[in-house]
Amino acid sequence: MTQAVVKPQAPLEKQVMMTVNGDEAVAYAVKQSLVDVVAAYPITPQTIIVEKFSEFVADGEVKTEFVPVESEHSAMSACVGAAAAGARAFTATSSQGLALMVEILYIASALRLPIVMAVVNRALSAPINIHNDHSDAYLMRDSGWIQLFAENVQEAYDTTIQAFKIAEDERVLLPVAVNLDGFFLSHTLENIYMLPDEVVHEFLGGYRKVSKVRVDYFDEEVPLALNPARPLSFGNLDLYDYYFEHKVQQVEAMKSVPEVVREVNEEWFKLTGRRYGDGILDPFEVEDADVVLVGMGSGVGTVRSVVRRLRKEGLKVGLVKLRMFRPFPFKEVAEVLKNAKVVAVMEKGVSPGSYGPLFLEVNTALYDLKSRPALVNYVYGLGGRDLVPDLVEGMIRGLFKELEKGVFEPKLRYLGVRE
Amino acid sequence: MSQQAGWRSLPKAGVAFRLSTDYKTGDWRALKPVIDYNKCTKCMLCWLFCPDMAIVWDGENVVVNYDYCKGCGICANECPVKAISMVPEF
Amino acid sequence: MLIEITWYGRGGQGAWTSSNILAMAAALDGKHAQSFPAFGPERSGAPMLAFTRISDEPIEIHSMVYNPDVVIVLDDSLISPKVYAGIKENGVLILNYEGGKESLFKRLGDLPQGVKVYTTPATRLALEILKANITNTAMIGGLMKAWSIVSWGSLEKAVKERFKGAVADKNIDLIRKSHDLTVKVK
Repeated sequence: MTQAVVKPQAPLEKQVMMTVNGDEAVAYAVKQSLVDVVAAYPITPQTIIVEKFSEFVADGEVKTEFVPVESEHSAMSACVGAAAAGARAFTATSSQGLALMVEILYIASALRLPIVMAVVNRALSAPINIHNDHSDAYLMRDSGWIQLFAENVQEAYDTTIQAFKIAEDERVLLPVAVNLDGFFLSHTLENIYMLPDEVVHEFLGGYRKVSKVRVDYFDEEVPLALNPARPLSFGNLDLYDYYFEHKVQQVEAMKSVPEVVREVNEEWFKLTGRRYGDGILDPFEVEDADVVLVGMGSGVGTVRSVVRRLRKEGLKVGLVKLRMFRPFPFKEVAEVLKNAKVVAVMEKGVSPGSYGPLFLEVNTALYDLKSRPALVNYVYGLGGRDLVPDLVEGMIRGLFKELEKGVFEPKLRYLGVRE
Repeated sequence: MSQQAGWRSLPKAGVAFRLSTDYKTGDWRALKPVIDYNKCTKCMLCWLFCPDMAIVWDGENVVVNYDYCKGCGICANECPVKAISMVPEF
Repeated sequence: MLIEITWYGRGGQGAWTSSNILAMAAALDGKHAQSFPAFGPERSGAPMLAFTRISDEPIEIHSMVYNPDVVIVLDDSLISPKVYAGIKENGVLILNYEGGKESLFKRLGDLPQGVKVYTTPATRLALEILKANITNTAMIGGLMKAWSIVSWGSLEKAVKERFKGAVADKNIDLIRKSHDLTVKVK
């Protein structure tokens, strides 16, 4: 976490220290975010979010309409309906639940509905596994959702609130998935700082404001929402005459996202004293680093603690934490990695028959550089396999040895698997 | 159809930006319903069943709006006194 | 300074709960804290692990604990050389145990140099005070004797946050009694 230079408007003493796990942190963030509709179906390790939030509803602590749906497909469908009606909608899921939602994920983004979803990352079956990796997040990478990753419980809380602001920004109007690692964050208790309710309300500008649209049959701009007084129809048939244009709109809207994420990150910093790099990526000791590691999620913290230790020994190693996976920040990644000699992309996911999805993006980002660092891909942590600090240290030392020889083979490696 | 909008000017989210009445779908028709007013009892079942609201009440009779009638024949099928016949368009 | 604690227990004994209570107390003391279970399928009676980290600096590591400063064993039947694998030099081992020293050290085998061993009659006290074989809070008492990692004030607050009314009071009583009856055996 970057040190505060600007005095926060809500200084730490006005923030409430709470010892909560990642799921609870998300539930509290949603509670404070004036969400109109939550539709969700419980699945490990996301369950605590739904449990905690339904407690808030049952105890009358929120006015949110909670819809206990019968499946994740319905959860996302209910969110689509709610958001199309102008509501601020939230859901949360993991793994198989996300897989069941996929059909509706594409609809949510194409209808430009600013839904926020917590994805508590868990491996996909088979074999059945309830533990963490990023295969569920990768499953939705082409669905048109913005994807942000949290490193710790504090960031999960912060990012959930920020997500509503990013999603609802006029320039964006796209759904946001807030990713937090199953168990490593969801079930891990950490002490975090929460803002007072009214500060969150003010940050978000109160309840969701629906943006306007101009259509031929009304004389003035009308709310871009389902409204009997100003009827619009969503989800229309759109053949080869208009589908392409609407898709391009969606793709182009993604271009505004980095700017908005940066702004929100800065605004949050002024408010709380906390920021996460520039909101998109957070480099650590990369300026003079020969070996640079790239990663997302809770594993980044473990890697940073090793990098910190090895730096004290004088090893020129650095780390780039990626907070935003979609849209992928190609320019920013190229810029931060341009002086490295070798880049190791560490990720908790695979694409059988290819490299890891994150590796492919970093590879693409580096292509335009005049002189490119060597690039290797470490797949780790599948199905919840722990990232052992000693393994990370061995990996880094190994990369320095390879650097001496100048040969990096094979490109795709596994960290922590038994041969 | 007039000049089609590009992605920069098209309303967001794929919402309908023109009224469906702008699209005259009557030219999809191969057979058209013709009402025999000597048989018609003004029971309004055709009006009720028409999926395109193409049968309208003009104050005295049910009449077919051929701008939108696609010629599906449901009205003819439902008419209890067989007052509607489907005849070739041309 | 970063302190890492590993809790050994059986599902239902509350190892994770006591890890959480300790983390909450540390947080109330103004420290950074982290608490998590070793994420297995949770079955009553099955051996399980929980971990606590307490630090003056923000805790960025999210892996399991491999080199604990403190190991706490909630169940007598789990005492074996396995529990102190990886323990730091001069680490502390706190065991729920009430019996002969000789048979204890026989079960523990060759302890690494400098490791201190404490025993707490947690089962007896838990049965006496809670009327249940739930030894987690009793073992916090043992820890407080071996190393007062957190302040008593914060610990009581944390227990009261976790439990309500009479249950909280009983647990605080249990922590104090087990603290008093914890002995250093090595």
